[in-house]
Amino acid sequence: MPTDVTIDAPRGDTVRGKSRAHQQDAWFRVLCFSAAMVLMATLAGLIVSLAIGGWPALSKFGLGFFTSSEWNPVTDNYGAAGPIIGTLVTAFLAMVIALPLAVGISVFLVEFCPAWIARPVGMAVELLAGIPSIVYGMWGLFVLAPWFAAHVQVPIMMHAAPGSFMDRWFSGVPNGANIFTASLILAIMVLPYIATVFRELLLSIPPYLREAAYGMGATPYEVVGNIMLPYIKRSAIGAVMLGLGRALGETMAVTFIIGNSHDLPNSLFASGSTIASTIANEFTEATGDMHISALIALGFVLFLITFVVLAAARLLIGRERV
Amino acid sequence: MALTVPGLSRHARRKLANYIIVGLATLATLIAVAALVMILASLVINGLGGINLHLFTMDQPPPGEPGGMRNALVGSLIMCGGGMLLAVVIGILSGTWLAEYGDGSRLAAVVRFLNDVLLSAPSILIGLFVYEMVVRPFHGFSALAGAVALAFLATPVVTRTTEDILRLQPNALREAGMALGAGKGHVIRSVIWRASGSGLMTGGLLGFARISGETAPLLFTSLGNPFLSFKLNQPMASLPTTIFQFALSAYDDWRQLAWAGALIIAIAVLSANIIGRALARGSKNT
Repeated sequence: MPTDVTIDAPRGDTVRGKSRAHQQDAWFRVLCFSAAMVLMATLAGLIVSLAIGGWPALSKFGLGFFTSSEWNPVTDNYGAAGPIIGTLVTAFLAMVIALPLAVGISVFLVEFCPAWIARPVGMAVELLAGIPSIVYGMWGLFVLAPWFAAHVQVPIMMHAAPGSFMDRWFSGVPNGANIFTASLILAIMVLPYIATVFRELLLSIPPYLREAAYGMGATPYEVVGNIMLPYIKRSAIGAVMLGLGRALGETMAVTFIIGNSHDLPNSLFASGSTIASTIANEFTEATGDMHISALIALGFVLFLITFVVLAAARLLIGRERV
Repeated sequence: MALTVPGLSRHARRKLANYIIVGLATLATLIAVAALVMILASLVINGLGGINLHLFTMDQPPPGEPGGMRNALVGSLIMCGGGMLLAVVIGILSGTWLAEYGDGSRLAAVVRFLNDVLLSAPSILIGLFVYEMVVRPFHGFSALAGAVALAFLATPVVTRTTEDILRLQPNALREAGMALGAGKGHVIRSVIWRASGSGLMTGGLLGFARISGETAPLLFTSLGNPFLSFKLNQPMASLPTTIFQFALSAYDDWRQLAWAGALIIAIAVLSANIIGRALARGSKNT
């Protein structure tokens, strides 16, 4: 803005008023800028404080922290292989369950169903994302787990011949609190996030592509399978990673239902633990400094994993804001 | 892609494949809707019995005695309120910077990216961070630490919504303000913010929905407190952590209270979500 504007202005109030307004604007700009910097500082502070807090454990146990599965507060020995593997396995299983469902839901809402159904059903799917994780946890523990134990786990275990494939992968304490039910809950929790992004992506496809395909005589299935899904592939992978990031760090629901054992999980129906559930369960009860440090080190590992996954997700999805 | 079924014409085969896929997609949708209905139904069935006046007027009882969750409700309100206050101030200011000042710069791209990462970062890590930053240096769990943890969770949501909403405002509005001689900051405060009022409310509501059900970050910041407390420098109860404690207990009456508390939280969060989205839809249409 040219400064000579003020030359013609009458002396007194106007000049002073203007400069005061300009000063206010400058302060306002600085204020906005510092708020944005607070956000950056949060993330930086997060990683630095976790690294510092976890350093005693990481330096004492070294690689053993990642390879040993002996987590023993009594002898002050901490090997985190159990929770780390548990985190990766449950998140991966959750994605395997959620992905086909999310594709089905988004395709149904965009392509297969009449418009008057799409809106309420779309709302319902979004509501699923709004349910607090502690509610998922209670539902998992008191409703899903007993049902699962009685109607799925026990029948399978009874029919499995000793030593068979079934016996190897589907044995465990028949109370329904295990790796598989935790993954199932996680799948329901991340499903709405993935499905909503998929839906937005499908809606963003230029209409002429679909119309051209229909014009060639393709069936709805062929339009979806050959034209629409390939078109959104890249961003869709981003959406899946976004869901994965959520599944990796989900705490309360998993804590309720995974059974909380630090051993390496040896079957789908065995109890296990994740990084987040371990921290939630033990942090307030940890007495030794090394125990606390080991838990913070676990948090550091979780941060690194989720940061990489979430960053990749955002880069893949791009500015398609979700 | 082609399904090979002997004895069917190519046309019939394609039709069959189409029906199967449409059927599967419908099934997937039914599964999701069924999950929602089952969860809400079990909440209402188990929780409704525990909703009574005692729930709001009495503090948490020892097992076997009548009681309510007043201390937890009050604690949740105080900490969510404090957290939202911080989050709304920081979030609206930083969202404004992203949309109006930093737009297009590399720094803004970085901030935006980090904000998006923070948006989905595991909440338990925020709890650990605040433990290291606030609880440990001041030697004690406190309501203040809980509020700060919640603020860190809500800020990215508010920032994001604010930026999105401000971008929706037409440039003509900014130009008109400037043409009247107002500076940029003045235009933002008295024209743009005012025009996006309901959108900014949406950001606040979505932020509130994000934090009011959060348990993990409160476990080791505000800890919990069996008594009614208004002291910000002391441990304070919250609805989610009390539910966590009661639900995993062995006492039936505690579990009943947990279900009732869960129902209250779910209603609060879902209605904040619905109102927020409705407001957002309204402001996008006009």
